This record gives sequence, structure tokens and C-alpha cells, in this order.
Amino acid sequence: MTEQNRITLVEAVNQALHFAMSKDEDVVVLGEDVAVNGGVFRATVGLRERFGIKRVMDTPLAEALIAGVSIGMATQGLKPVAEIQFLGFIYAAMEQLVSHAARMRNRTRGRLTCPLVVRVPFGGGIHAPEHHSESTEALFAHIPGLRVVIPSSPRRAYGLLLAAIENPDPVIFMEPKRIYRATKQVVPDDGQSLPLDTCFTLRQGTDITLVSWGASILETMQAAKQLAERDISAEVIDVACIKPLDIETILYSVKKTGRCVVIHEAARSFGVGAEIVSQLHEQAFFDLLGPVKRVTGYDITMPYYQMEKHYIPTTERIISAVEQSMEQA
Amino acid sequence: MKRNPACAIEYVQYLNDKGELTQPLPQWAEQPKQLLHYYREMVMARHADQKAISLQRTGKLGTYPSILGQEAINVVIGSVLNKEDVFVPYYRDHTAMVMRGMKQADVYRYWGGDERGSTNPEVGKDLPYCVPIATQVSHAAGVAAAIKIRGEQRAVLCTCGDGATSKGDFLEAINLAGVWQLPVVFLINNNQWAISVPRKIQCGAPTLAQKGIGAGIPALQVDGNDVIALHEVISEALLKARLHKGATVIEAISYRLSDHTTADDATRYRTNEELREAWQREPIKRLQHYLHQRGEWDESKEQRLQAQAADQVQQAVDEYLQTPQQSLDDLFFYHYEQLPADLAEQLSDADMANQLQGKAVQGGKHD
Repeated sequence: MTEQNRITLVEAVNQALHFAMSKDEDVVVLGEDVAVNGGVFRATVGLRERFGIKRVMDTPLAEALIAGVSIGMATQGLKPVAEIQFLGFIYAAMEQLVSHAARMRNRTRGRLTCPLVVRVPFGGGIHAPEHHSESTEALFAHIPGLRVVIPSSPRRAYGLLLAAIENPDPVIFMEPKRIYRATKQVVPDDGQSLPLDTCFTLRQGTDITLVSWGASILETMQAAKQLAERDISAEVIDVACIKPLDIETILYSVKKTGRCVVIHEAARSFGVGAEIVSQLHEQAFFDLLGPVKRVTGYDITMPYYQMEKHYIPTTERIISAVEQSMEQA
Repeated sequence: MKRNPACAIEYVQYLNDKGELTQPLPQWAEQPKQLLHYYREMVMARHADQKAISLQRTGKLGTYPSILGQEAINVVIGSVLNKEDVFVPYYRDHTAMVMRGMKQADVYRYWGGDERGSTNPEVGKDLPYCVPIATQVSHAAGVAAAIKIRGEQRAVLCTCGDGATSKGDFLEAINLAGVWQLPVVFLINNNQWAISVPRKIQCGAPTLAQKGIGAGIPALQVDGNDVIALHEVISEALLKARLHKGATVIEAISYRLSDHTTADDATRYRTNEELREAWQREPIKRLQHYLHQRGEWDESKEQRLQAQAADQVQQAVDEYLQTPQQSLDDLFFYHYEQLPADLAEQLSDADMANQLQGKAVQGGKHD
């Protein structure tokens, strides 16, 4: 394949938006700086030129408004794809997402629905100022009625974003900006969406299951490769669809390997990792050879970028947890 | 010094407190038909409202926000919107919603703790009750944006209370409506009280309407107890919206004659004197006086209407009280288009727990 065919994760997002907008004229894009500027990460570049100002809208600088307007549009059958520029700024929109987007279908017993996607870059690693680097996916995963999806490769970004836009329910689509441009893949622009109810097994293994999502998939895959050199066969699962959670795929793997480490960049306690570990203990306790471990961010404020390397799970921390896990059983 | 005339706020009234005309009638009101319609609907609204309070007091309804004193605003909204327009209510709009297609029994269901109060397909794409203050205002902007994107000749009408105008959602939404020239009418029901907080300590501006000016939207005040003025002002704003000539902010001056809700006791924070004075301006008596003067109304008509209203409300109550209980399935099935595997499992847990309790939940299953 030539270099031109290979695209980054953020380019795959852009490609998916182009495809969805050309296929369905109910799809509209709105947010801060998304139209003329093409988004601060260029995820929406070219959309305004191709689809016009009626469908690609720069909004005033107001996150609660972006969410609320998108909800209003969605109740009328449009499929808004809203961008919140950074996850750290989404909190103003939380009331709209939690109290309305998540509830509209249930509140009206299906009379109105909320087919809305909120795209939001998240996570550390890009030397950004305060509030630009958090990973708070658990806040959204806790809310009945929301879906939470996190791609970790260009192909999955394309297929999952198409699926999120097609889905008739609200999806928080969190984009790990640290790997926006980390890798390139061939991503055919074929409109093929991926399922929203399954994890993705990225690597087969027999000794231990490594469960992760988002940018941490990068370190997790590196750890698996290094472990292979030491004859430890690690299976790697990208959860990708955080909510609803496909626990079956994880259970299947853990019942096979008997060991598991969950890796995520978000703070440790009360999070998605805790939920996975809890379900493993409920449903696979007697298949486990030892306790399930977590390698995560700490329960501290996300450090400014100079010290964030001490916060974001590293390959070394993952390998160390695997070693402990292997020693225990 | 120059004065900017765009900053002046007009106040529109046709019928004063005593039911006397303060300016010549608009043409539509020269015939009695629409005015009689408004009168009947307001009487019906008050009956339905008083019944809701009785139901609550006897344990048959949950906490309920009364529309006592808000009848004029409700019936005019319910009348001047076209079927294909979209109504985005707050939570004190029961009669307007009924006139849009909900049943009065649906109103009782909703406040009686049953989600099925918001499911009636007759209301089309109108939004349901919205409890969190002002959050519906940005939904209205979104609905209006959808209409504009699709190039349709429809309008959106969104209501909120005076307290809502203090919230960011209100200000953000009207700001957008101004900059995007959205086909929407924002109707502030300024009933002077946000639970216990009076209008004068809600906002330092002399009018709430003038917030529209800051958003680049024409804004005015109207007597919210005067159906003629409300009809004029709202109709015109809706027409302007349908023609894509932009949004309007209307501050309707009314008074919440009731407690905030049945859980509130307004005697803790407002005087009997103020309340007595407010009753002098209420909308139903005012229109009744006027119709009497015009010879369009008399005691026997009044008696017939009162009996008819009581009867109709009783039918709605009967229908409400006969509503079968929801199934447990209903609680789980509407969070996503399809029931996710984990929720299916939790539903079977709930079913199991229910069986253990030995309390059979009545109501149909989905399968």
C-alpha cells in the first residue's frame, strides 16, 4: 500500500464524517471552530466546503448550548454530530447529556428519540494546558441511556464513528487525542460500520488477558509484544464499546487465561476498570488463578504535562503488573 | 446624548384588570367566537387544575405544579400554534399541552408518577414536560435550527418561567437564536415567583424581556392575563418565525396565584395582601366581565359551562384512575432502541425479585 492510502485516527474520523454526511442528509455537524477552521484537531476539515454552512455549523462558545441544541435537533429526526473541543469543557453540558439526551427515549417511551453523537477528544499526552487531558469516561458510562465508545485505531475510529452516527441513541464518542496521529492504517472508505456491542480482541494469547481502551492500547500492545519475547502469551482486548459493556468477550478470554490486568488512563477508583474487575469476580471467580489487577492513572488531579508521564500507565507498569500476576499463580 | 430606540420595551394590553378595553379591538376579536373559545378553555383549565390538587391532597397524585392564574397564557398558546409547529413546554403548561393533543388524563398520569403521561402520539414532535429549569430553551433552539436547516415554514414556541431567565441555558439559547435567526418564540411566563424568590431579587434589569435585546432579538412585554393581547403578540411572533424573519422574546406578566407546587406553602414568603391584590387581575374574571359587557355571556351559559367542565374533568379522572400499572419491562425497554444484554439480565433479576415479593405486577408484557 502507498502512503496516501494510509491514514491517521483523526483522518479516519474525518473520513467517516464525510461518508456519513454524503450518505444521509439528516447528519449535521456543529460545535466550536468545526466549520471554517475544520476543528482544532482538523477532524472536521473540508466538511463545510463540501456540505455547506447549513449542515456544518460553528456555534457560539457555549458547551451546554451545543448539547442542548443537538438534543433539540435530534428529537426532530436530525442526526447531529456535535464536537466538544476537549473533555475538560464538557461538564457545562453534563446536565443536558445526563438529564435529557440519556432520558428522552425513556421519558417518552420511544415517542421521541435522541440520535446524537458527541465527539470529544480526551486524555493526556499532547502538552496541552490544564483541563485538556482528563479521562472521565466513567462519568458517562454511569448514566443509563448513554452509550460510550472509544476507538483506538484508525480503522476502528472509522467503523465505530459510522456506527455511532447510525445508532438511534445518544453516543459519547471519545477520541484519544494522544494517538490521533500516532499510527496510520489503510482505512477503505466503504461505509462499513463496526458493531457497538462488542469488544475487539487485538491479539490472541493463552497466559493472561490484558484489557484496555483508548490511547493505553498503545502501551498495552507494546507490553504484550515484550512479554511474548519472554514466552508470556498475552491476549489483548480493546473494550472500545465501554457502555453497554460486552463482558462476554472479556469473560471468555479470562476463563481461558485465568489471569487478567485491566489498563486505563483514567483515575483508578470507581471507574470502568473497577466495573470490569467486579464483573469478572462475579462471573469468573473460580476460573481465576489470581486476583485481577489494575494499571491506571492515580486518584489525583491529572498533572500538567511536565509530570503526566508519571500518571499515564507505561509499558513498564503493565509488564510489572503482569509479572506479579504470573508469580501469584 | 443619543438614545437607541431598539432598547425600549413595549407593553401590550387590550383588556385591563376590570375587563375594559384599553385600545380598539384587533379584527379577529370583533367576532365573539375565539374569545368564547378562550373563556371556555380557561374555565376547563381551572377545573382540571383544581381537581389535580384534590387528587394530590387525597393521595392519588404526586407533587403537582398548579397553573392557577396562568390560564390565559396556556389557552392562547394552545390555540395560536399550528399543528405542525412545535411546542417546547416547561412544567406549568398543562392546558396548552392538552390543547396540543395530550389528554387531561395524560397530565394526571405524568404528575401521578407514570412515564406514560408523555407518550401520547397526538402531540407529534412537541417536546415533553421539562423539569430542570431553562434546559428546554436550548432544545427549542435546536428544534428551530432543524426547521431552518430543512427550509420548512414552521415555528417553535418555548415557554419558561421568570427564574429560568437567570440561567445560562436561557441566555445561551436566545443568543444562538439571535445569531442564527431561528424561527422560535421564547415566551417568558413571568408569574413573579420562582418558588420563594420574587421577581425583584431574580434580576436587576427593569424587564426580563430586555434580555432579548442583548441577544439581538426583538422583545416586548404583554399582559399575561389578557387573552386578546397574548393572542395578538404571540400570533404575530409565530408568523414572523414561520416566515423566517427571526426570533422574538415575549415577557408575559402574570401571577402565580397558587403555591409553587402542592409541596410548597407560599404563606411562608408572601403576604395575603399581595395575593388578594393579584386576584383582582386574574384572567378568567377579566374576560368574563368583558364578555358580559358585550352581551356574549350570561349566568345560564356560565352554569352550563361549569357543569360541562366538571363532567369532562371527572371523565379524565376516571380514565386516569383506571390506568393499568406498567410492567417491569416498560422500565427497562426504553433506554436504548434494543435492550442490551446486561439490562436484559437486570430485568430478569427485577422479575425474580418481584416474584419473590409475591406482588404480581399487572400490565402487558412486550412479547
